[in-house]
Amino acid sequence: MQHVYFDHNATAPVAPEVLRSFTGAVAEVYGNASSIHHFGQSARQRLEAARRQVAARIGCAAQEIVFTSGGTESDNLAIFGVARRRLASGSCHVITSAIEHPAVLNACARLEREGAAVTYLPVGADGMVSPDEVRAAVRPSTALITIMHANNETGTLQPAAEIGAVARGAGVLFHCDAVQTAGRIPLQVADLGADLLSVSGHKFGAPKGIGALYVRKGVALDPVLYGGHHERDRRAGTENVPGAVALGTAASLGFDWSATAPLRDRLERGILERVPLAHVNGSARHRLPNTANIRFDGIEGEAMVIALDLRGYAVSSGSACSSGAVEPSHVLLALGLRPEQARSSVRFSLGPGNTAEQVDGLIAAVVESVAHLRRISTAFSGERVVAHA
Amino acid sequence: MPELIAVAMSGGVDSSTVAALLKREGRNVAGLTMQLWNQRRLPELATGETTGRCCSLDDVYDARRVAEHIGMPYYVVNLERHFEESVIQPFVSEYLAGRTPIPCTLCNTFIKFDRFLTLADSVGAGTIATGHYARVTRDPDTGRWQMRTAVDFSKDQTYFLWGLTQAQLARTLFPLGELTKTEVRALAEDFNLPVAKKAESYEICFVPNGDYAGFMDAYLREQGSEQGGGRAGTAGEIRHEDGRTLGRHAGAHRFTVGQRKGLGVAAPEPLYVIATDPKTQTVTVGPNDALLRATLIARDINWLSWEGLAAPARAHVRIRNRHVPAPATLYPLAGGRVEVRFDEPQRAITPGQGAVFYSSDLVAGGGWIV
Repeated sequence: MQHVYFDHNATAPVAPEVLRSFTGAVAEVYGNASSIHHFGQSARQRLEAARRQVAARIGCAAQEIVFTSGGTESDNLAIFGVARRRLASGSCHVITSAIEHPAVLNACARLEREGAAVTYLPVGADGMVSPDEVRAAVRPSTALITIMHANNETGTLQPAAEIGAVARGAGVLFHCDAVQTAGRIPLQVADLGADLLSVSGHKFGAPKGIGALYVRKGVALDPVLYGGHHERDRRAGTENVPGAVALGTAASLGFDWSATAPLRDRLERGILERVPLAHVNGSARHRLPNTANIRFDGIEGEAMVIALDLRGYAVSSGSACSSGAVEPSHVLLALGLRPEQARSSVRFSLGPGNTAEQVDGLIAAVVESVAHLRRISTAFSGERVVAHA
Repeated sequence: MPELIAVAMSGGVDSSTVAALLKREGRNVAGLTMQLWNQRRLPELATGETTGRCCSLDDVYDARRVAEHIGMPYYVVNLERHFEESVIQPFVSEYLAGRTPIPCTLCNTFIKFDRFLTLADSVGAGTIATGHYARVTRDPDTGRWQMRTAVDFSKDQTYFLWGLTQAQLARTLFPLGELTKTEVRALAEDFNLPVAKKAESYEICFVPNGDYAGFMDAYLREQGSEQGGGRAGTAGEIRHEDGRTLGRHAGAHRFTVGQRKGLGVAAPEPLYVIATDPKTQTVTVGPNDALLRATLIARDINWLSWEGLAAPARAHVRIRNRHVPAPATLYPLAGGRVEVRFDEPQRAITPGQGAVFYSSDLVAGGGWIV
């Protein structure tokens, strides 16, 4: 059976050019970038060239890029790096939103246990944070505003530039988790007014295990990892040169995922026209070009994901917990969906490799699956023969 | 593509062997594991040792490895919500009502053979297979589906399966019902299954170390109930059946009919719990003979191999899992109840447990002991 991938917001395939640069670096550049000899220098050169490539992609200076292991580490470094520094000298307040990635939400929950105050802003039915509510939440002790650029589940783009302006006006640092946008759609840190911005390699063609944090010049961070003086004392640990090289290559390729929008629209239109009681979750307008999150009343999204996988189509529903089972999405609940509505939602996320033919096949499979699932849920309700107290 | 069969995978030897057997027969199989209970949810119960309890990450890991070994797709599905509603909550309220419930029967009836069948159907599998030791046959004359005890009677699990409906039996395979445990182990070795040597678990899966009182206290505390933690309100007297008060206890739900250990009272003769009264929280104890009863009434009867009971009929009746079915006569009562009159009195007939009726190797039906 042919398996087709429609889950690019979870992770994306490695681009062929990236793979070549990555394997080349693994094979040829084995020096430690911190060593003074020839081998170290050669590794250092590759590392710094990659840093310039990443910086160029998001419009910052090379020194403002810290390589990390990925989006989660970048988020943790930004949040703990700012907040713990502030906590050491007094009270600390952080503003975030209810729809952030667990890498942000769980870091904030940890900060609360360390004595910080955290405000979790709600979102509207369109899945967007209101800049006015951000402004109203600012206190004298606010050290950081951390709001994502685009949500991974709904694809909803947040008004990051406006939130950046609020932060600037209030003299508060702004961290933007841009894991779903950086490297995919045009993005300049200055336009967003971000002081810190998280980048993940595997979302746009680099392998897993490499990411970056943009740290605006002049922003002081406490490290999260303690060790050597790597990355200007901001991230200890021997540099992952092949990973950085791959990230740099992916950044320099200049993918523009806006090209996936027509296919995403074809998919969405095809489903909405042919499946009754199907609705788009979140803003249909302010959205990543590749993402469609659709609710199918009366079905279990989890069952649909399995049924589609057995037909060869990879999509997702909610987020996987440690066992691999699916939990109702906190993002969809924050949009005001009831738990059963959240469970009946499925995310389709396209990538540059998808074709119209694949999309049409997926539409047909979705139409059949939903019809089958709805037949079952009515046929099986009420089949309870043995009663119990 | 041949019809898809969904195999309920626990990560143990039995369900893994089922999957391998079906695959060897050339059937189109997919493995599904039901995530029923979050072991991290009641942290005070954490033992650090989670293997062999349901839904532990180690078991999911094992099931995934087996699926990879066999070469079939594998998924974990979250049924925690249904499990809590259909199994945990009735389990706790039955205990608090002074009965001794069997969560496995509730789980089999409402989760494994209701939700799981629905789920299998959802993903395109008309048939399911499990690692239970039981057999399904069909009456050639009436077309009625029948359940029979396992060929390996020492492993027979029909005591927990009496709640299945005809529609459920029609879609269920128990490939191990014809095999002994020794044969299953040997097959697992032949198939080179990574779990071939894995130990078995016998406990109630969501209750660590068999401490259900501890589980209930922790659960009730989490739910904000006054009855949790052995607080005032659940304490009561331990009374001898002859009327003497022997002492006090911290909660009647901590005692089970037939229990001997942990009574906390000194007496010249061995004493057993004979009854618990949730209204007065009184626990009545007495000598072993006081546990003997010759009759019971079962409610909510489900008929499997038999279509019903119009007149008194002879059967063997099992009143707990490892109990040897005892000869008895079944008398139909109004309201879907049955009175069971044993030929010989039976020890510790316990309200809340199942009574399962057998006619030779046929499982005629079953119900809950009142």
